[in-house]
Amino acid sequence: MSGHSVEEIKRETRVYLTVFAALAALTVITVAVSYLHLSGWVAIALALAIASVKGFLVAGFFMHLLSEKKLVIAVLVLTVVFLLVLLWGPWHSAYDSIGG
Amino acid sequence: MEIPYTIQARPDTGLYNGKLGIWLFLASEVMLFGALFSSLILLRTGAETWPAGWERLNVPLATLNTFILIGSSVTVILSWASLRLGDFRKAKIYLGITLLCGLGFMVIKAIEYGTKFSHHYYPSTDTFYSVYYMMTGLHGLHVLGGMVVFAYLLGPGAKMWEKEPGRYTNRVEVTGLYWHFVDLVWIFLFPILYLL
Repeated sequence: MSGHSVEEIKRETRVYLTVFAALAALTVITVAVSYLHLSGWVAIALALAIASVKGFLVAGFFMHLLSEKKLVIAVLVLTVVFLLVLLWGPWHSAYDSIGG
Repeated sequence: MEIPYTIQARPDTGLYNGKLGIWLFLASEVMLFGALFSSLILLRTGAETWPAGWERLNVPLATLNTFILIGSSVTVILSWASLRLGDFRKAKIYLGITLLCGLGFMVIKAIEYGTKFSHHYYPSTDTFYSVYYMMTGLHGLHVLGGMVVFAYLLGPGAKMWEKEPGRYTNRVEVTGLYWHFVDLVWIFLFPILYLL
């Protein structure tokens, strides 16, 4: 917040620009890889891995989750638990049909 | 009634109220988009055949939109950094660029939709298009929502800077958090819908 020194804010700004460069590079990589038309699971794993790294960069640096207060982290951990239930529930039920 | 802790952190949470508020809202957004991603996985794994996104959708346009959106995530955070340095003029320029990026994203999205419509590909065409329009449409509405807030912060909302600069700075920060989330959703939507 506003308590930070000018040097600190300028240093943070350099980090933001570095993260932006990394996000741009990863976007180029993921699009380039998609043109190789790799086989099903390899393509999916690679695309999701790159997206996850990009997601980590955005959440960790732009949204400051790497240095955020415990309460925010706790809220998000709880959210992820519910999200996993949400993803797992229907998926599980899809393979548990009668006569299927 | 005065809203407490708009600038200073609340002692028990360690956060100013707006920040906790936006995070709780974003948690609900994770569940909203999570439900849609969950449906997509289920529909896709359950389908006998599923078209590759790149066969049907415009990858170069979506790539351009990805660059626009991550670029706007940087400009909104630079706006916040400028406010913390007391440079309101620069902050407004960065906010303005962010708003323009949002507009650019929506224009490209409209071109994409327009091309699909002209070829008679509608949400009712098949499951792929149904999912595509639903997810990109909801995401687009979020972009639009962010643009409304940015326009407010640049327009009538900008007056707050003179009397309560700390509070205005925090408003830009929480709007930024929302905007990064919209960026985050696109980071996953783009490969899943377009590239796979």
